[in-house]
Amino acid sequence: MSEQDKILNEVTQNDYKYGFHSDIEQDDIPKGLSEDVVRLISAKKNEPEWLLEYRLNAYRNWLEMKMPKWAHLKIPEINYQDIIFYSAPKQQAKYESLDEVDPELIETFNKLGIPLDEQKMLSGVAVDAVMDSISVKTTFRDVLAEKGVIFCSFSEAVQEHPDLIQKYMGSVVPSNDNYFAALNSAVFSDGSFCFIPKGVRCPMELSTYFRINAANTGQFERTLIVAEEGSYVSYLEGCTAPMRDENQLHAAIVEIVIAADAEVKYSTVQNWYPGNKNGKGGIFNFVTKRGLCQGKNSKLRWSQVETGSAVTWKYPSTLLIGDNSSAEFYSVAVTNNHQQADTGTKMIHIGKNTKSTVVSKGISAGKSQNSYRGLVKVTKRAEGARNFSQCDSLLLGDRCGAHTFPYVECENNTAILEHEATTSKIGEDQIFYCNQRGISTEDAIGMIVNGYAKEVLNTLPMEFAVEAQKLLQISLEGSVG
Amino acid sequence: MSEIDSNTMKYKLINMYQQNKAAIEEGLPDVVNRVRENAIRDFDRQGIPEKGSEAYKYTDLMRAFGKTYGYSFKAPKTDVDPETIFQCAVPDLDTYTILLENGWFYNKSGEQLNLPKGIIVRSFRDAATEFPELFEKHYNKYLESHKESIASFNTAFAQDGLFLHIPDGVVLEKPIQIINLLRGGNPLLVNQRNLIVVGKNSQAKVIVCDHTLSQQNFFANTVTEVFIDESAVFDYYSIQNQHNQSSQISSIFVNQMKNSNSLLNTLTLHGGFVRNNIHVKLAGEHAEANVYGLSLVDGKQHVDNFTFVDHAVANCNSNELYKNVLDDEATAAFNGRILVREDAQKTQAFQSNKNICLTQEAKMYTKPQLEIYADDVKCSHGATIGQIDEEALFYLKSRGIGGHEARMMLMHAFAYEVLSHIRVPVLMERYGDLVEKRLRGEFSKCEGCFVHCN
Repeated sequence: MSEQDKILNEVTQNDYKYGFHSDIEQDDIPKGLSEDVVRLISAKKNEPEWLLEYRLNAYRNWLEMKMPKWAHLKIPEINYQDIIFYSAPKQQAKYESLDEVDPELIETFNKLGIPLDEQKMLSGVAVDAVMDSISVKTTFRDVLAEKGVIFCSFSEAVQEHPDLIQKYMGSVVPSNDNYFAALNSAVFSDGSFCFIPKGVRCPMELSTYFRINAANTGQFERTLIVAEEGSYVSYLEGCTAPMRDENQLHAAIVEIVIAADAEVKYSTVQNWYPGNKNGKGGIFNFVTKRGLCQGKNSKLRWSQVETGSAVTWKYPSTLLIGDNSSAEFYSVAVTNNHQQADTGTKMIHIGKNTKSTVVSKGISAGKSQNSYRGLVKVTKRAEGARNFSQCDSLLLGDRCGAHTFPYVECENNTAILEHEATTSKIGEDQIFYCNQRGISTEDAIGMIVNGYAKEVLNTLPMEFAVEAQKLLQISLEGSVG
Repeated sequence: MSEIDSNTMKYKLINMYQQNKAAIEEGLPDVVNRVRENAIRDFDRQGIPEKGSEAYKYTDLMRAFGKTYGYSFKAPKTDVDPETIFQCAVPDLDTYTILLENGWFYNKSGEQLNLPKGIIVRSFRDAATEFPELFEKHYNKYLESHKESIASFNTAFAQDGLFLHIPDGVVLEKPIQIINLLRGGNPLLVNQRNLIVVGKNSQAKVIVCDHTLSQQNFFANTVTEVFIDESAVFDYYSIQNQHNQSSQISSIFVNQMKNSNSLLNTLTLHGGFVRNNIHVKLAGEHAEANVYGLSLVDGKQHVDNFTFVDHAVANCNSNELYKNVLDDEATAAFNGRILVREDAQKTQAFQSNKNICLTQEAKMYTKPQLEIYADDVKCSHGATIGQIDEEALFYLKSRGIGGHEARMMLMHAFAYEVLSHIRVPVLMERYGDLVEKRLRGEFSKCEGCFVHCN
């Protein structure tokens, strides 16, 4: 066995490091999905009538929809009657200091290397920790409140800012948008709401840690970010999940509304349980993320590092409606063992002089399948639209697959669109070059992969870039130094 | 808009098949007839693909299928002398010329062409009886009937077309020119079926010219199967030049063996609705496929090039380059799929698609795809949509070249990249002239052609 084979072997035998399960009492409802369950969820959350109607409407739509089959994924049949659609930690009290937080939760975060207190003290990041479905702890609320920034859990926002929720919820991703969006709209449990008022530059990075913690519980978050005119926010989302043998379903919605001259950066590090090395277990991740660059000169940047989940189905999209608006999409997707990822972006150019950049880096190892699927569309009135897309794939191992499915549609002759994609493995000459300078093959592969992903990692906020690099290393441990 | 919907049309065609089964099968051997039932079932099951389905995302087949056509189960009576029109689109080219009219073979025997010994040119129907072993081995073997609805439709109706066999070790210097004519006083649907078998170590070049000779609605659904044996070299140049009420679906399925080399070049000059399906399977190691295409479209033309290069084994190369120039309200689509199967290591596959939209109304859709299941590969694709570079234009203008002329120069330069891959020097020159004339809009379709059809 050559050294490289050995390293690749190690990759495939690497187990999920974050596999643990914290025992926090759960407040569950019975398994299954029906109109009653939807009503029950709504009642438990003490929601207003219009929101219940919204959920029921979405549920009825969902019943008539079919699971989309176009993705390059092999997904086992999902039994929606075997899933608990709502679970919340029992403690409902609000905490003012960390001492009041369940010590086990603190322990959980400690194991993840992202303790709340450390985050609070060192990084100045406000953390809204979503433990399963209910927001347990929100920090820095006061600091943000001073500026008029609203950053709270979605259910809190429903109670405290119903007008804003009613105005913006579903305005970007309608409840009948697609199968999983409809499902989420019917049963969403909680999530985050973020509102940046006119002209405010959010003083800190906003961050939420999503965790899927209870066995057999699908988690259905909703994130809504509204950036008013001239505002700025950088929003971070990161996730890890404990090891579980049964597939867990995750269907989230992220909606971002950006007014004129506003800018939003949305960063994700996703490291949910990918299943074991035989492809057993793991999270099914079906996410609908969409941003609306509504105003002139608005800006949106998606950055994502995807290393987890057994199945990823995720296409953060941007509608460039305002003139001169721009969007960027930077993604690193790593798949290993039996993971499957079908991810990419959509850039819809509607306004004049709109710009979009897509940089996607796929890394596949083991027996995984990694696909980029993207759409760049220039509508008739999008004069002077400009797009540049680059999607590269790196293959580590001869049993994995890397695929690209870009769609480019141009209906305006003043647009300039470029797309390029390459697929290759790490060149033997590159490794040889490193070897002959005294760098071991393992370190060399590490260096090359890190360099390969650098362009994307550089777009992440500092705090995340460090974590993302760690995740890359863990996901491909053995081959990445 | 279409006169009828796709389902009605499908049943109409299936009905037509069932009612005329005897007429279709007459004179053809079992090897051709026994696959019909299966093919019509595949056509029935898949139907006429809807616009929006993955393979026909941007092409509405009802633009072709939705019209009313006549159909002929018998060979037409021809009054054209092929000798006088054989250098139609490409004048002064020394070739062996074969004429097909409305999908039926015209030259009744290959002898009058003075072909080198051993080369067989026949009508598809004669050859099926005459060379049963070649047909058993190759006929209907290279298209996946259950995935190819429109090709299955052709298989069910196939009555005639061209059969070409180059035996082992024969190098044919002069290209074979195949002229497909569509003519008649009534709208017509034609199913033409070709089979080309290129033997070991042999070399051949084929030029296919598609023409319409009258202004009727024509719809040609052509399927060509090509088998390229070990170490053979085969060039296939297709010039599509039909009037703008005609529809054409041209499918070619190429199967390449070890060390073989192919070049497929499609030049689309005119044609109302054109869909080219190009499937190349690299089934033997060290095989190489070169797939090129250039479309110059205007008016309300729609051209869709669909290519699928299948790297089934290791150590194969493929190169692909497609360019479109779109004027007026023309639309064009490109779909380039490259599949590298498991263990097809050391594959090199490159693909590029570049497009110029000249007007507000022109629409371009492109969909390159890479599907890769092996790791030691070098694959890339690129796609661009844009306009003529203003800076280059300014450069030329600042040197005293008029705006119009400068544009022509730049467009010609754009197109030239595709032409430069043509391996017949004379043909390359002719192509250059054709393209230039087409771009200038002063293209008389068949200069030097006897039949002034347009």
